[in-house]
Amino acid sequence: MRSVSGENLVQLLTPEGTRVAGPYGEWVADIDGARLQGLYEDMVVVRRVDQEATALQRQGELALWPPLLGQEAAQIGSGRALRKDDFVFSSYRENGVAYCRGADYTDMIRVWRGNAPSGWNPYEINMATPQVIIGAQTLHATGYAMATKLDGADAVAVAYFGDGATSQGDVNEAMVFAASFQAPVVFFCQNNQWAISEPVTLQSQRDIADRAPGFGIPSVRVDGNDVLACMAVTREALERARSGGGPSFIEAVTYRMGPHTTADDPTRYRDPNELEDWKGRDPIDRLAKLLEAEGLLTGDVTDRVNAKADEVAAQLRHGCVTLPEPGDLDVFNNVYTTPHSVLERQRDHYSRYLASFEAAGGGTR
Amino acid sequence: MSTMTFGRAINTGLRRAMEHDSKVVLIGEDIGKLGGVFRITDELQKDFGAHRVIDAPLAESAILGTAVGMAYRGYRPVCEIQFDGFIYPAFNQIVSQVAKLHYRTQGRVKMPLTIRVPFGGGIGAAEHHSESPEAYFMHTSGLRVISVSNPQDAFAMIQQAIACDDPVLFFEPKRRYHVKGEVDEEVDLGSFSLEQARVEIAGEDVTLVAYGALVQVAKDAALAAREEGISVEVIDLRSLSPLDFATLEASVRKTGRLVITHEAAMTGGLGAEVAASITERCFYHLEHAPVRVTGFDIPYPPAKMEHHHLPDLDRMLDGVDRVLGRTNSLSGLEGN
Ligand SMILES: Cc1ncc(C[n+]2csc(CCOP(=O)(O)OP(=O)(O)O)c2C)c(N)n1
Ligand SMILES: [Mg+2]
Repeated sequence: MRSVSGENLVQLLTPEGTRVAGPYGEWVADIDGARLQGLYEDMVVVRRVDQEATALQRQGELALWPPLLGQEAAQIGSGRALRKDDFVFSSYRENGVAYCRGADYTDMIRVWRGNAPSGWNPYEINMATPQVIIGAQTLHATGYAMATKLDGADAVAVAYFGDGATSQGDVNEAMVFAASFQAPVVFFCQNNQWAISEPVTLQSQRDIADRAPGFGIPSVRVDGNDVLACMAVTREALERARSGGGPSFIEAVTYRMGPHTTADDPTRYRDPNELEDWKGRDPIDRLAKLLEAEGLLTGDVTDRVNAKADEVAAQLRHGCVTLPEPGDLDVFNNVYTTPHSVLERQRDHYSRYLASFEAAGGGTR
Repeated sequence: MSTMTFGRAINTGLRRAMEHDSKVVLIGEDIGKLGGVFRITDELQKDFGAHRVIDAPLAESAILGTAVGMAYRGYRPVCEIQFDGFIYPAFNQIVSQVAKLHYRTQGRVKMPLTIRVPFGGGIGAAEHHSESPEAYFMHTSGLRVISVSNPQDAFAMIQQAIACDDPVLFFEPKRRYHVKGEVDEEVDLGSFSLEQARVEIAGEDVTLVAYGALVQVAKDAALAAREEGISVEVIDLRSLSPLDFATLEASVRKTGRLVITHEAAMTGGLGAEVAASITERCFYHLEHAPVRVTGFDIPYPPAKMEHHHLPDLDRMLDGVDRVLGRTNSLSGLEGN
């Protein structure tokens, strides 16, 4: 049966903010006070990025935004476990992971403002641009991992996807290939309980993590709102991949506290009590409780963290509202690597068409 | 007569079809409680039950593949593809199974599926949410392809599509979902064939062929042309497969000039088929080569650029000028 707690869930930080020992504890034994403060800062900042982007959407500056609210620990815990030369293939919701990879804030919103087909250069931050076709990126990650193995490199590919995605053929086929070729890939599934209006119970009758062993892939369920546990299980999976142990599957059990996107209205399909319940397991609150208990959340620290969040939010907003409008003929760019005669003709005709208005003194009829 | 939005008209048509035939089942992502992301199936699960309005796990290939199995057993599945760009995971089932089963089984197995697809751009959406994939399906034998442009046709033709024993791709222009129109719910459904185009505005000088969201744009262009003394006949294709050549030929024989418009890319698109067929059928009636006013041969562009890609009133009028040999954007360019 599916569960959101229980014995099979790796947890190193309880909702009450107590750090607990366990077999996975050693994977994060090096995370001392300063590192905990760093993780706290990361989570606060990405939540702030999310709030700012949501506000920008409400103000008409962005067409759409997919919030990560509630999934900060899953994204920061795993994202901060990665090495620079590892490569991420994600969906649209992993802005926290993108933050860890060093993505420019403006690059996070270009697409959502409708200015460009994508934001960052994948090779600059070793992260593919977000995938909208549900599940497709899991195959890309698997292929990247197969290529890494061919190269004899020890970099790992990480695929991020949702609970809904696990129903797609692509995701299941990715697991077949990953297992057959013992590809160094980590499947990181954020089970946020919902795929738009569909509960995870529609996608799977068992814990999602239970599927992977059937493909020959070791899996683990982790408390997705526990940043330490998420980091620990990701480190383990990365190490397995690096040392030739092949693929791993992680189910991070978390909750989408916001709407699917800013266009969605969850009150149509979701019991508000559920949200209240999950607020008690808020990923940032619980780390704050631990820090407080250990005297690590001093006024200085919160001031520093808030200042950083303010600064990032201001940069995001500034980058957004000052984005230059695309040029008239930009639509023709990058369709091919080299000029394509038919498309070149269309570009030429369209530029003549635009020029015909200038000739006529501007304006339309 | 009642006034309702395009979306509500489809919803009402679906409701009628479900009341009429207990074998009609709806299947798609988020179509139950949510009523679909466009609310086209609003309230239908509440009224007909979760066994007839089925929220599917997130897998388009499976939605189509299981619909095939249900059809084998005598059901009439109506599949909703959430957005045009998400039909491709189902492409294999549609092209290799849905389209071919009647042929393969020598008429023994029918595939009375309806595949509803909100399609087209103009809503400022993200990638994969504004596409016009209709040509792939027109090119696939065994499928009928419909695209409606107004609430009345939507109401009647969704019911006709569901009643049809052939598989029907039903393309709904999503940017028209909120537009209101008059719908006669008592209309004789028999008067809505799945094979008939309609002359929306009669004219003498140029035939302008459109479907889906561009029908309204074409009508606006015809009104603007009239002010310049040009009489444009606007045809709403409604059926993309088969094409209604009787209506198209009659119009072109009269006007001698043909302009075809669609949002989809030009190359290998519907315009190419209409132009070639009309040239074959009416060559001696043509005063000018047919002109296509379409999207470019590019992936659908980001929201802030889509106005360049989408044919609008001015681009249609430029096409009208071209086919009339009037001054136009390509004047002086050889072989334009
Ligand atoms: C192939 C495909 N089908 C449908 C959609 C529409 N869609 C976008 S997000 C989504 C739900 C995804 O749920 P999940 O995988 O759990 O990820 P989450 O959004 O919860 O992060 C759907 C159905 C899509 N983007 N791609
Ligand atoms: Mg989900």
